[in-house]
Amino acid sequence: MNAYVASLVRLRSLVWKEAIQIVNDPSSILIAFVLPVLLLFLFGFAVSLDNTKVRIGVVLTERTPESESLLRTFQGSKYFDVQVDTDRRAMEKELVAGRVRAVIVVAPDFSRNLVRNGGAPGIQVIADGSEPNTANFVQSYVRAAIGIWSQQRGLETAFDAPGSIDVEGRVWFNSSLESKNYLVPGSIAIVLTMIGTLLTALVVAREWERGTMEALMATPVRIHELVLGKLIPYFCLGFGSMVFCTLVAVLIFRVPLRGSLLTLSLVASAFLVGALGIGLLVSTLTRSQFVAGQIAVLLGFLPAFQLSGFLFEISSMPLPIQWLTYLFPARYFVQALQTTFLAGDVPRLLWINVLIMIGFAVLFFVLNARVTKKRLN
Amino acid sequence: MNWIRIRALVVKETLAVLRDPRNRIALIMPPLLQLFLFAFVVTLEVKNIRLAVLNDDYGQSSIELVQRLIGSKNFETIRFVNSPAALRQAIDQQQVIAGLHIPADFSRRVSSGNAPVVQVVLDGRKSNSAQIVQAYIGSVVDQLSLDQMPSPASMARNPVQIATTNWFNPNLDYLWFTVPSLIVLITLQMSTNVTSMTIAREREMGTFDQLLVSPLRPTEIMIGKTLPAFVIALVQATLYIIVAIVVFRIPFRGSLPLLYASLIVFITSVVGIGLSISAIAATQQQALLGVFTFLMPALLMSGYASPIENMPAWLQPFTYINPLRYMMIIVKGVFLKDMPALEVWNNTWPMALIAVGTLAIATLLFRRRVA
Repeated sequence: MNAYVASLVRLRSLVWKEAIQIVNDPSSILIAFVLPVLLLFLFGFAVSLDNTKVRIGVVLTERTPESESLLRTFQGSKYFDVQVDTDRRAMEKELVAGRVRAVIVVAPDFSRNLVRNGGAPGIQVIADGSEPNTANFVQSYVRAAIGIWSQQRGLETAFDAPGSIDVEGRVWFNSSLESKNYLVPGSIAIVLTMIGTLLTALVVAREWERGTMEALMATPVRIHELVLGKLIPYFCLGFGSMVFCTLVAVLIFRVPLRGSLLTLSLVASAFLVGALGIGLLVSTLTRSQFVAGQIAVLLGFLPAFQLSGFLFEISSMPLPIQWLTYLFPARYFVQALQTTFLAGDVPRLLWINVLIMIGFAVLFFVLNARVTKKRLN
Repeated sequence: MNWIRIRALVVKETLAVLRDPRNRIALIMPPLLQLFLFAFVVTLEVKNIRLAVLNDDYGQSSIELVQRLIGSKNFETIRFVNSPAALRQAIDQQQVIAGLHIPADFSRRVSSGNAPVVQVVLDGRKSNSAQIVQAYIGSVVDQLSLDQMPSPASMARNPVQIATTNWFNPNLDYLWFTVPSLIVLITLQMSTNVTSMTIAREREMGTFDQLLVSPLRPTEIMIGKTLPAFVIALVQATLYIIVAIVVFRIPFRGSLPLLYASLIVFITSVVGIGLSISAIAATQQQALLGVFTFLMPALLMSGYASPIENMPAWLQPFTYINPLRYMMIIVKGVFLKDMPALEVWNNTWPMALIAVGTLAIATLLFRRRVA
């Protein structure tokens, strides 16, 4: 019993020491509260996959009622920011410079061919392939705009609009189709990775680098107390940051939170413990701040950013990389986060993800215990 | 200014960075891994779509529609469900990204030409991909419309012929976009990382004071500290350019000297930022985190993660102070578009201005630290 109490006392002083260090170090406040705001802000405003205005250039060599009305259709569309020119070469230069994303060339004899028997009125769309996503988008929207124009013209000239199958689209969970609604929750994964993996790796690597880790080990403190003494303060810091991010997401960015707070806490805790485990492991293995920083970015931040499905669709990646995503907890966390925020508590999906994340956490701590023991021998 | 003293410092700095074998690995491995791994990751294409189909019809047209979806290369798996609840569950659990519901009277309406409708339910947790999936389904349905519901109107009129081409990247290969961008990104990371750590490391170890009592002047210390990082970044950029051309087979159509000239201006501007961070930071940890705080907005507001024109209008002017914004245009321009010198220059002089600004700030901060 006494040994148990003594252990708790030691743990308490370790946690206290670490907490003082956190509060005194401006960089941990920076990473736990300033960086999250910056990230949420960036993913809420700066990163947007909702193409709203694409700059296009329209080349009209002759102005006829038909070509003018086609031009008005483009100008009236909320998806285009239209520049008009009569010179094709000038527009092509703009395309090379990247000032327009596509050039639409209306053939000189367009209007004549539109009414002439057997005529083929031509429109050429040249998209800037160096931005593949925008190019795809421009092409399909130009097609749609021309389709609408043809249909309207058909009505005006008393032709029946062609009968066709209607596709009725409904979007669940995010009916306004705003990318911020899933990017902002996803960015919480990045914030927690930064605190759990990067900050912890740097802090502990510094102790190894300065030799204060060995000094601590020479005291009566046990290894598990040492690990817990690091873990508890940074867990609290990460959890506090998560709560803060959630408040910002819901109150400022108006992201719906449809799941329960309990679910969110559970999901975030499971991930955070694993992230801390990686951070500890990296620092114990490298013992140098520069190397630990590089590895933590490589194993923590980059997967959270690139391999988690948060910004880039996992199922579109090559198969070997899809397998690789299963090896990083971020994948499960992002899915769980987006579901909790937008879809609500979906028990089966969330349980599977939480269990896998806990599995990772256990694995990292077992590895960490082994490596630390070896390091001391 | 004494170049012999500067040279001595440059040699010492280079050795300090390259001496530690772990440092050497940390300088080479992560960037290469990034290049090879993330080149394939960054894609906003949607492939291998998993779709659930709830078919209440079983008429000829609905079977035709499903057959065509299976035949389309974009759809990987089509899951048949037999109730709206099962459809809902498949989307909830993210087993599929979209569900197609074909109502019972679909085939009848198709054959009678009476406004047939299909419903598509999309997972808004991935709204960008969902929209693309909807467009794919739409184009399959449109084709079916044309084939099964010939309309007299569309036959009578001359339909508009739309010819689409993609310049610079005819097949819209995503790698052609990602790999040149990654060259710049990794060069940025490396140059800021290395410069920001140099002074912070000395300060943390207490050797910075020794440097100050040496005959070296503050400006000489600054130059000596920056040059190695500059050279390392340029050597790495060269390595990635070679990998991009030889391994990834990205076409290089423009002028190499133009690319290098703009890269040098670019590296100068970010090295200034790295130095400023290093001058403020008291420890390596603060330096690294400071770099990170700079890199995230720089990356996300460069037009790489998403186009600048998608950003709200009030935010767009801020991208003009981001050197990465200009370099991203140049690198893709030189690689893919054979960008003329004038256009490269139009994007280089803003970076030169930024470089003057960041270096001035770095000198100021550094002088204050030393004084």
